[in-house]
Amino acid sequence: MPELRLTPSMRILAGLLEIRTGQTLSENRFWRIETLLRPIVRSNRLRGLDDLVAAIQADPAGPLARAVVDALLNNETSFFRDEYLFRMVSHDLIPALMEEVRASGREKHLRLWCAGCSTGQEAYSLAMLFRDHQARWPGWKMQIVATDISNEAVERAREGLFSQIDVQRGLPIGSLLRWFQPEGDQWRIDGALREMIDFRVGNLFEDGGPLGRFDMIFCRNVLLYFSPGRKRELFHVLSRHCGEGGYLLLGAGETVIGHSNDFVASRRFRGAYERARPVSLGAGVRAAGQAGRGGRP
Amino acid sequence: MTNCLVVDDSKVIRKVARHILESLNIKVAEACDGRDALTQCQNAEHDVVLLDWNMPVMSGMEFLQQLSALKATRPKVIFCTTENGLAHIKAALEAGADEYVMKPFDRDTLESKLQLVGVI
Ligand SMILES: C[S@@+](CC[C@H](N)C(=O)[O-])C[C@H]1O[C@@H](n2cnc3c(N)ncnc32)[C@H](O)[C@@H]1O
Repeated sequence: MPELRLTPSMRILAGLLEIRTGQTLSENRFWRIETLLRPIVRSNRLRGLDDLVAAIQADPAGPLARAVVDALLNNETSFFRDEYLFRMVSHDLIPALMEEVRASGREKHLRLWCAGCSTGQEAYSLAMLFRDHQARWPGWKMQIVATDISNEAVERAREGLFSQIDVQRGLPIGSLLRWFQPEGDQWRIDGALREMIDFRVGNLFEDGGPLGRFDMIFCRNVLLYFSPGRKRELFHVLSRHCGEGGYLLLGAGETVIGHSNDFVASRRFRGAYERARPVSLGAGVRAAGQAGRGGRP
Repeated sequence: MTNCLVVDDSKVIRKVARHILESLNIKVAEACDGRDALTQCQNAEHDVVLLDWNMPVMSGMEFLQQLSALKATRPKVIFCTTENGLAHIKAALEAGADEYVMKPFDRDTLESKLQLVGVI
């Protein structure tokens, strides 16, 4: 029985991850907990997970606890992950947003947020997409804020240095040529793209930062391992940062439907969500709004 | 079903590529140099060619040039080579290659590149 291998220390470590990030460990990672944490156990000269738990308990907010959380997070990502979505964004969403901005007389400026950006591929893909199509959008600027709870992932994203394996996932070879320079056996992304993106460490549930409002929010492949209550909470946070007429984009297989009333599926753009209209009229609408936020503390 | 011609003088690489491609539900044919590949392309239709650069008899580059001259609608061509420098990548694209894989490669890389050229 596999159950026998679930030691109390494993449960404590998985619990630490959940408390800090909201992420529950997927089953296949649960079984790999020892492998995932082995480098930390070794470099701290500990004997095993029991020692690790003891060391964390002595300093729960310290660097060791943070390193453990980082190691347990699933940071998997790639350039232009789900290519159809990026096509939809450049063909349909961006032009529609620009139309709205123009109509409202606002500055020619789009703000994007990559929430859960991992090592930066998603944000850099959006920056590439924008620059590759710049001729279609003269005078426009795009600013991308990209956040992740993992220090290590954000540091790597900021560095903008990718392995040969990374640049062969989803990235067309023409884009590699245009936007990267070889550096040893790695590839360095162009400074012009780097400048478009503000990478920050941040927990989605500790929403205090000066983020402001965005025209598009990408929160992709982050929700998968959140409990229903956490999902609802997160959608509420995201809705507060979604500007008037803005859109939320989720990963393939993720949805708002059934989890929250803060967003509704866009009728115009498949796979995109719009902020639900403010709930101010009618008892029925108000009740629906409250049901959607029932899980908030 | 997608058809792929794997062109490489290394038997090992052909075997690895075949294994990955078949796991992606792709039908595989093999050629051991550019000349062999050209003959096969004249006799059969392939959706995509996975092409090594350095081979005896006829190089990948020569093959690509002759194939383009030979066929109006040619299969997609993905270079798959240890030549990982910028100059080689540029030359391959200028010669009309559709994608470029830097060896060593794994399943995810190959799958991603096949998606990029639109054959899967
Ligand atoms: C699987 S990656 C997805 C990366 C990218 N969005 C994509 O779709 O390819 C999920 C990321 O979410 C981050 N994450 C998980 N929980 C988080 C939280 N509570 N706050 C901020 N980031 C979080 C993880 O560190 C990880 O880098």
